[in-house]
Amino acid sequence: MAERILSGSEVVLQALADQGVEVVFGYPGGAVLPLYDEIFKQNRIRHVLVRHEQAAVHAAEGYARSTGKVGVVLVTSGPGATNAVTGLTDALMDSIPVVCLTGQVPTHLIGNDAFQEADTTGITRPCTKHNYLVKNPDRLARTMHEAFHVASSGRPGPVVIDLPKDILVGKAPYMEPAQVQHRTYNPVVKGERSQIEEALEMLASAKKPILYCGGGVINSGTQACKLLTEFTRMTGAPITLTLMGLGAYPASDKQYLGMVGMHGTYESNMSMHDCDVMVAIGARFDDRVTGNLDFFAPNSQKIQIDIDQSSINKNVPVDIGIVGDVGHVLEDMIKIWKAKQYKIDATALDSWWDQIEGWRGKHCLSYKQPKDVIKPQHVIRRVHALTRDRKTYITTDVGQHQMWAAQHFGFEHPYEWMTSGGLGTMGYGMPAALGVQVAHPDATVVCFTGDASIMMNIQECATMTQYRLPIKTVILNNRYMGMVRQWQQLLHGSRYSESYSETLPDFVKLSEAFGFTGLTCNNPADLDDAIKKMLEIDGPVILDVAVDDKENCYPMIPSGKPHNEMLLGQETDGNEAIDSDEGMVLV
Amino acid sequence: MKETEISKHTISVLVDNESGVLARVIGLFSGRGYNIESLTVAEVDADAHQSRITVVTSGTPMVIEQIKAQLSRLVPVHKVSDLTLAGPSVERELALVKVIATGEQRVESLRIADIFKARAVDATNNSFVYEIIGSPEKIDAFIKLMAPLGLSEISRTGVAAISRGTLTM
Repeated sequence: MAERILSGSEVVLQALADQGVEVVFGYPGGAVLPLYDEIFKQNRIRHVLVRHEQAAVHAAEGYARSTGKVGVVLVTSGPGATNAVTGLTDALMDSIPVVCLTGQVPTHLIGNDAFQEADTTGITRPCTKHNYLVKNPDRLARTMHEAFHVASSGRPGPVVIDLPKDILVGKAPYMEPAQVQHRTYNPVVKGERSQIEEALEMLASAKKPILYCGGGVINSGTQACKLLTEFTRMTGAPITLTLMGLGAYPASDKQYLGMVGMHGTYESNMSMHDCDVMVAIGARFDDRVTGNLDFFAPNSQKIQIDIDQSSINKNVPVDIGIVGDVGHVLEDMIKIWKAKQYKIDATALDSWWDQIEGWRGKHCLSYKQPKDVIKPQHVIRRVHALTRDRKTYITTDVGQHQMWAAQHFGFEHPYEWMTSGGLGTMGYGMPAALGVQVAHPDATVVCFTGDASIMMNIQECATMTQYRLPIKTVILNNRYMGMVRQWQQLLHGSRYSESYSETLPDFVKLSEAFGFTGLTCNNPADLDDAIKKMLEIDGPVILDVAVDDKENCYPMIPSGKPHNEMLLGQETDGNEAIDSDEGMVLV
Repeated sequence: MKETEISKHTISVLVDNESGVLARVIGLFSGRGYNIESLTVAEVDADAHQSRITVVTSGTPMVIEQIKAQLSRLVPVHKVSDLTLAGPSVERELALVKVIATGEQRVESLRIADIFKARAVDATNNSFVYEIIGSPEKIDAFIKLMAPLGLSEISRTGVAAISRGTLTM
């Protein structure tokens, strides 16, 4: 087939179109002007102008996480690229497929400390799954297609393509995606059959099984989530989800124990601690999940299914490690489980469930809503209740509000929960919501945030206004960096060093200044009306809710403690100081 | 082997010879806190643009397994082979050792070089540069003996290694 010779910018745009890209989140600048010129001349690909490059990446993450597609970012050289670094690291930690195009100074100036030059491939090497610097126009089209393949296959992640300006301006041949095949990068998707059989035998012989599932299930797709539900019901085993896994299994189901980990439910963590067979599916034994490794699920055999070989035996040694895509492996597991007519011993399983019901009886997430002050958990619960009849997507920032949202908003479906899990990036919520709303214009998108987090990417209010993105931002405003304050209270003798939000803007006036509605609420009796009003307004809204400023997020496994030593808020009245030097040095 | 026991492994990595690939490998080791005791790299197949990196590292079995898994998932990596586990292997290193000495010390250094089959590749009236090829242990021993004899500079290549017999990567 004859090669088509185009300009470099045309090649980039053609490749994006052939990869099925509908929208690019970006910010222009000198080095990428040729690309922006090309964007101007076409209407296949929509460009959403953010107000900071970090937000462009988070928006692409929100887009990707809520659709299962690759999110695309376009930023300029130098500061454009360095501003994107936080977003890229976030996407790497949470395995979100993102392709980020960065401008670069012309090839002959690279290394000369030219204006707006940065060693982008050098800087982004440890915070991307892979990156490219295109120096040869013949490699441009191939690199574009390869980047999408690398970003979206295997364990997804961010990929940077650094594009020198002369490559964009000069001529380059175009080739179709089908003509590109990677020589070395071919992730394994099918799990080893003998290992799967061995794993099922182990599970079938369990007396206290638990399925511990994470973001990998969601990355594997909606079909994988369905298979997970089917498999869980077949086995009758209890299931817990990580922060990143919420929505992979319906929260309302009776086999679901709630979230696992530092702020997970009591029943979930106790079940993890006491189980005899643990099946980790698309979950990576993060320190926020395991607590103290020395006491993690001490009497259990462990099976781990992960597409990334390096996730297996990284933190916790497992008995059987199956490398493969969760969806494929679950499909095989279901087939074999049926064919071999496996069944977990009913008596054992019943008594395991009895034990779990005992833990459930603690009602670890309960709270009392007084008449005079709004409890933050209550806000989450009311938003959940009042959005049930709508298709709703939730994004969060990072901190207490994030954990309360994870605990109290019941997620029934995958792709509806966007949060910064691994990196814990304050400022993620609003830009991620932009990406979600762009992908789902008719859905309700709620961003739960805190008074501190929102300030980290507040400039994106302008983007919401410009594109009329009707995002509903709910601030759980306790005038503190709440999670910092909580740790200072529990671990640092209540010395609230720099965690008080001394000067917050008037969020109503701020919303109005950006051209949309701002609402406040500080009376529990008015909360429902405020939420309803927010949902009814056709446009962006910031709802600033004054919540109990001393509320702590419980239950909590303090750093350095095992799963069975949780702090339950109700018992301590939130006044328990943790006397542990060991905990103080841990994060 | 005990889970906490630290052992030394020689790992061969076949990579695409593209810019930045060595930085990826080194960055992985430094970023994740792994040791590099020795590292060599050179192109081994010009037509296929492939280079071979040989890394000598140490760690617990879990860390060694991690290192291999982490290396394997780098996009330009074709193959990772743990020569220490794969069976017997040959490890060779080349060193250039400069000895500045006169009189009896100078003669003694020549005698030791002869025993080690090291060649003098440069000579002046008061110096020699010896070239020695062998296992890292042999080179260590040679250097130790040269130390009191006017040893003044050392340049070592790091280990190149390959499996014995018919086994290939």
